[in-house]
Amino acid sequence: MTAAQAAEHISSATVTPFHLNAIPAGGPDAEPTLLSVRGVSHYYGNRLGCRDIGFELWPGEVLGIVGESGSGKSTLLNLLAGRFPPSIGSIHYRDGQGILHDINSLSEAVRRRLLRTEWGFVHQNPRDGLRMRVSAGGNIGERLMACGNRHYGNIRHTALDWLSRVEIAADRIDDRPMAYSGGMQQRLQIARNLVSSPRLVFMDEPTGGLDVSVQARLLDLLRQLVRQLNLSMVLVTHDLAVARLLAHRLIVMRRGEVVETGLSDQVLDDPQHAYTQLLVSSILQG
Amino acid sequence: MPPATNETDSQSTDQKVVSYNFAYLDEQTKRTIRRSILKAVAIPGYQAPFGGREMPMPYGWGTGGIQVSAAILGKNDVFKVIDQGSDDTTNAVSIRAFFARVAGVRTTTTTAEADIIQTRHRIPEQPLREGQIMVYQVPIPEPLRWMEPSEVETRTMHALEEYGVMHVKLYEDIARHGDIATSFDYPVLVNQRYVMSPSPLPKFDNPKMDQCPALQLFGAGREKRIYAIPPYTAVKSLDFEDYPFAVQHWDKPCAICGATDSYLDEIITDDAGTRMFVCSDTDYCGRRANENRSTP
Amino acid sequence: MYVAVKGGERAIKNAHALLAEKRRGDTAVSEVGVDQIREQLSLAVDRVMAEGSLYDRDLAALAVKQARGDLVEAIFLLRAYRTTLPRFGSSQPVDTAQMQVRRRISATYKDVPGGQLLGPTFDYTHRLLDTNLAMPAEGPAETSAETASFTGTCPKVLSFLEKEGLLPPEEGGDSPPGDLTRQPLELPAGRDIRLQNLARADEGLLLALAYSSQRGFGATHPFVGELRMGEVEVFFTPEELAFPVLVGEVTLTECESVNQFTGGKDRPASFTRGYGLAFGENERKALSMAIVDRALRSGDFDEEVRGPAQNEEFVLYHSDNVEASGFVQHIKLPHYVDFQADLALVRALRARTDKERGNAASDE
Repeated sequence: MTAAQAAEHISSATVTPFHLNAIPAGGPDAEPTLLSVRGVSHYYGNRLGCRDIGFELWPGEVLGIVGESGSGKSTLLNLLAGRFPPSIGSIHYRDGQGILHDINSLSEAVRRRLLRTEWGFVHQNPRDGLRMRVSAGGNIGERLMACGNRHYGNIRHTALDWLSRVEIAADRIDDRPMAYSGGMQQRLQIARNLVSSPRLVFMDEPTGGLDVSVQARLLDLLRQLVRQLNLSMVLVTHDLAVARLLAHRLIVMRRGEVVETGLSDQVLDDPQHAYTQLLVSSILQG
Repeated sequence: MPPATNETDSQSTDQKVVSYNFAYLDEQTKRTIRRSILKAVAIPGYQAPFGGREMPMPYGWGTGGIQVSAAILGKNDVFKVIDQGSDDTTNAVSIRAFFARVAGVRTTTTTAEADIIQTRHRIPEQPLREGQIMVYQVPIPEPLRWMEPSEVETRTMHALEEYGVMHVKLYEDIARHGDIATSFDYPVLVNQRYVMSPSPLPKFDNPKMDQCPALQLFGAGREKRIYAIPPYTAVKSLDFEDYPFAVQHWDKPCAICGATDSYLDEIITDDAGTRMFVCSDTDYCGRRANENRSTP
Repeated sequence: MYVAVKGGERAIKNAHALLAEKRRGDTAVSEVGVDQIREQLSLAVDRVMAEGSLYDRDLAALAVKQARGDLVEAIFLLRAYRTTLPRFGSSQPVDTAQMQVRRRISATYKDVPGGQLLGPTFDYTHRLLDTNLAMPAEGPAETSAETASFTGTCPKVLSFLEKEGLLPPEEGGDSPPGDLTRQPLELPAGRDIRLQNLARADEGLLLALAYSSQRGFGATHPFVGELRMGEVEVFFTPEELAFPVLVGEVTLTECESVNQFTGGKDRPASFTRGYGLAFGENERKALSMAIVDRALRSGDFDEEVRGPAQNEEFVLYHSDNVEASGFVQHIKLPHYVDFQADLALVRALRARTDKERGNAASDE
């Protein structure tokens, strides 16, 4: 996709009003799913990573995976992004051309192509997702260049546009991420991922490791972007406040298994499973 | 036409004579190197690994080029060696003397006469012709190395054609310096597929590689890689549409031959820092200077 | 015509002549013989044989002489000679259990069958300069050592741990080992290739890597299970004959280390091991090699790779001193053309900045 197409895509997305009703409720027949997960289990040797996970993700939907550390949510995220294959089960992704890919048997070439075009992956630690020795502009521009954009002026223009979207001053464009605060680094990482208008974004604890005030600002920004771009996202977090603010639907995990699923408000306001009740009450107390 | 130089054995006085195979390497080794060359020619720009041998010159001093030359040299070939464009720099002299001794081939300084031209850092100014072979000495064959230190990862990037990072480097140059700040070893895309290091040529020479009638072979001895550009292959220097690739140019002509189309070396001629600019290609410069004298 | 670059040929001849003169030194001092180097600088000879990958004391001594005592240069000379030698085939694997040991120690047991044998070691010398050595001895030197204290073979110390199941035995693969001198290094390398690389590796590098690993950059907690030095016989099976023939004897130093144990619920705990082997008397090298070999096996034991000594690509690509020395020193070669390119670029960039500053100033 060229920068021009990307810009067009973004502007058309911006005018689409975002509301919850936009999420198709009808299942596979209504609109093709983006991600389809069936009976997925993963073991590290004898140790359980996650067991018997199944769900569908529809375009424009934000799915939150919540649970404590060690609950298997990061394992699941890595399986979804094809970082390693599950021991059992299948994960299918439908790409922009409507072609269904089996994530388990994805070749490295296709996986990397998806990662730099249709997918985004926002790491908890921005250092894992940024090139620390490359300027902010270069970090944002890399995906555009990887996809064939060969016009410096356009790349720079798009980078400036994205810096303003993630609320970073234009005069910081030539600074390296080293010179940025933690919150700015995280916003830069988000811009670097979203610049190519990915169809699916994986986020691993995007607000983890940030001060509370910085977290609030980042969450606000993320919520705006999700609405503007009609993003499809799988969000892993241990923070239920983050989940409530961003996710439409939640999967609650414990010891590698799903204990409860449902619409976010439903799960958080009226938790059914004892573990979810414990999680919800612990934030109320906190 | 200047006569071919007849090198004398500069070490014969203090070294006992050991008889080596023609062109030093044994025939089996030459065959394995030629197999790698064939593979490299079949996949233009791809770095083919080869079982490099220790040579009697140090690594980094042209052992890759020497092994490639040794593998392809025939008894009737005429051989030319240049370093920095000149036939008479010490390393060029040393390599030419080596082949004169171990292969007994005829050597020359005249570009047009040579069948095989081994070079370090330059392509001759005189256009190459069909049937000639350029052999480049390569210190670091991996163009992605400065962005990615791991060999395992760079090989994957080549396999998957994952080259975005090369333009990130160019982007950073422009953002910082206002222009692409790579003046030699300027990366190229070969045959629309592989990003390749042209060896530390000044970028002035990059356009000469594109659609060149001669076969171009690149040998990296220490890193044990051979790569190639077959005759008449597209070689494009990486750039941006709005910052197109451009070569160096000088305000003055060569102080000796008056050439305005050649790569010039800068020479400081006195303590006051007076400078003169002369052709780096000594064969080209000498021939032009002779012609100027004969046609006043 | 300006001819600074002409005359390269004569300059090289002169350099060779000067080198020969410096090599000889003061002619009032008698010339050192290759046999003297072989006999009296034997550790230098051994290092050159080990890293030069060629077992020939006379040629190694000649290389030391020719290189004016520069061992890395001598190693290079031997390697360049080695590459021209025809290859008849491969010997049988040498059996170090059958070594006629001259030195053999274990740091893991106070006493072992066969005993501890110090042999010719610097270990317990006081490092005081011995002025007696400054004067040549009168007449043949007296030997007081009980040279005949032990001759013969003794069992491998680590075999006792193997029998108890506490240490997995070294496993040979089914396929013939790779050969770095014939095939380029490809990663990930098998242990055969790693060991070959380490056996040819620069002693100084291995020492530094082993040291770094001991200081915590990828610690593997080594014990010297056994260090042995002595002579082993080399057998070769010619194509015409169906049986192995003794072709000679080589001196080897071998070190087997016992390292931190692995295991867990599903796998009983057992020690791990590292291996070092070098031509000649090469104790520092063999010991360092065993530590680095073990560090490079971190992947086999699911250990976190934290130190340079554990990084296969880092170690294997930078271990060869012939490659390293050549490449580091090649920057002495002329680079006028590239420097000129950079010079022109920097001037152009400065001119651009000056012009922009000028424009900015005139705008104000």
